[in-house]
Amino acid sequence: MSNNAELQVTIYTPGSLLANPLKMVREMFSDLLAGRELAWRLAVRDLSAQYRQTLLGFLWALILPLANTAVWMFLSASGVVVVADTGVPYPIYVFVGTMLWAVFMDAVNAPLQGTVAAKPMLAKINFPREAIIVSGIYQTLFNAAIKIFLVLLVTIWFGIWPGWGTLLIPIGVISLVLIGTTVGLMLTPVGILYQDVGRVLPLLMQFLMYATPVVFAMPKDGLAAFLFYVNPLTPIVQTTRAWVLIQPADMLMYYITVNLVGILVLVLLWNVYRLAMPILIERMSA
Amino acid sequence: MSKEVLISVEGVSKKFCRNLRKSLKYGIQDLGNEIFGRHVDRKLILRPGEFWAVQNISFTLKRGECLGLIGRNGAGKTTLLRMLNGLIKPDTGRIEMRGRVAALIALGAGFNPVLTGRENIYVNAAVLGLDRREINEKFDEIVEFSELSEFIDMPIQSYSSGMVVRLGFAIASSIDSDVLILDEILAVGDAGFRAKCYKKIDDLSENTAVIFVSHSMPHIARMCNTVLSIDRGIGTGPLSTPVGIAIYEKRSGLKQYNTKRIGGQEIRFDDVLINNFRLNFCQPARVELEFSDHMEFKFSLSSSIDESIVIDITFHTLAGEPVAECNNFVIDMPIVVHKKQKKNVVVTISEMSLNPGLYRVSFLILSKNMMDHYDWLQDLCELQVSGKPAIAGQQFISKWLQT
Repeated sequence: MSNNAELQVTIYTPGSLLANPLKMVREMFSDLLAGRELAWRLAVRDLSAQYRQTLLGFLWALILPLANTAVWMFLSASGVVVVADTGVPYPIYVFVGTMLWAVFMDAVNAPLQGTVAAKPMLAKINFPREAIIVSGIYQTLFNAAIKIFLVLLVTIWFGIWPGWGTLLIPIGVISLVLIGTTVGLMLTPVGILYQDVGRVLPLLMQFLMYATPVVFAMPKDGLAAFLFYVNPLTPIVQTTRAWVLIQPADMLMYYITVNLVGILVLVLLWNVYRLAMPILIERMSA
Repeated sequence: MSKEVLISVEGVSKKFCRNLRKSLKYGIQDLGNEIFGRHVDRKLILRPGEFWAVQNISFTLKRGECLGLIGRNGAGKTTLLRMLNGLIKPDTGRIEMRGRVAALIALGAGFNPVLTGRENIYVNAAVLGLDRREINEKFDEIVEFSELSEFIDMPIQSYSSGMVVRLGFAIASSIDSDVLILDEILAVGDAGFRAKCYKKIDDLSENTAVIFVSHSMPHIARMCNTVLSIDRGIGTGPLSTPVGIAIYEKRSGLKQYNTKRIGGQEIRFDDVLINNFRLNFCQPARVELEFSDHMEFKFSLSSSIDESIVIDITFHTLAGEPVAECNNFVIDMPIVVHKKQKKNVVVTISEMSLNPGLYRVSFLILSKNMMDHYDWLQDLCELQVSGKPAIAGQQFISKWLQT
């Protein structure tokens, strides 16, 4: 076909791809570019299939956080759990917190779920593997947009009008997705081989949620305060919620640091994912 | 037309593990080695439970050529294809692929049952590496080839499996590639569509390097210039098609070969001789002949009824496809047997015109309407025909005239 043009040569050898880092980085970005359309197609496919098969459609994004808010309102009102002052009405604090947490959860789950779902394709067809991850990010962002829209409606209903912070919400959401994808990507290679990872993940996330100011306010002192503070998710959730609720963001430096480190780690893990793929496919059924 | 080498494979091997638990453990080990860039030499050592699924295979393939990969199930064909396609890395050796590779392996990968045929064309084509412009260009061609235009806006889950495969084939075969990998996919769809697929592949293969995996020797013979026969991971190296097929048939022929006698036995063979060699009814024998040799069958029959019968000598390939027969009914030569009387029949083939290869011969006595089997000696002997390599199953004994 492409007789006139110079044919692209692909070479497969046993050697680690790390032997030639420059070539590897070049391939990483060319594959990312080549895979962007596929990622889009896959995202559109999954989203339209997902919404076509539900009656309530995107209301599902609302139902779980609402249920969660109700539970915590009950616990707080009945005095089972004593919640420190949050500066805003407690229901809105919990609601926004759980919504943001749900975005983070989506992002964590996406790489492993997406890769497992694409197993039959991965085992038989050579396509840019990045597309699966990017497609997962697109889907998470789409669902997050619906969530944020609902959050804004609820905050307005509570009498909190959009302000300058509202414009920064997308940045907060991107941070959540960035950190979430990083965590998810970290678990993916081993998670493909051993299902244990997928099983333990919800448990881990539950624990992590209580170590993050999602339903509680930041503790002032003690072990809990320390735990909350060293948890890198704290500045992300706190800052984004502050922007949603038009409050001062007091962890801005910490927030920026976590994001920068997150980007670095993500690139590193992306690399690991690429290296791991042929080895993982070898262990999948053909 | 340029005849550049598009595929070059040098000493490629791949090991696999039989045990799942160990396999997963080794997976983690390999992951660590890959990420920390440790030395390759350790790949040459088999860990406990591992074996070579593909061992030291080499070949090159030029544009316009077709290589047939044959071998029994589990011989390593698919593993080799997966390495060629870049899905998994070889443990030794080197593979060089030039140009765009299209693999007609997983037809319809990435189809979502809830989405319509139209939507799925876009997804599947994107998975196979077509960009938006190419898909738009080829969309009509794809729908037309699949003959599904009236169903194209229906969700795929309401398609029959044949329709799904049609759509998958139409998409996969629309890619302009330099290298084409085909893995046993043509055994799908109805006869008409299958013929269409073959035609399409013929068209594609003119200008590509094709690797074709199949268990159907007639298909291999028709498509391929050269053949690589794999047995337990070890390849023969490229061979001419008839020679490769003969090796494959010999290998698989020696296994699972059984003689069976069925039928009502009202009329039965007492004795069967080929070229004066008496066949044992309990033990399979091998008869060896040169192409165009004289061949003679002698039967003695005994009967407990009066009947006009049909005697049929059938020649099958090892795959069970009938290639030739001698049948007295077809040539209007009635044979009548009588109660308690012996009958002797001699059938002569003046020139054996089966092409070189391995065949199995069965002998039948049938009722006149060919509905009842009186005696059926299934696969009574193997017939090995040697001679010059050829493609088809049989050679007409023909007169040639040159002026």
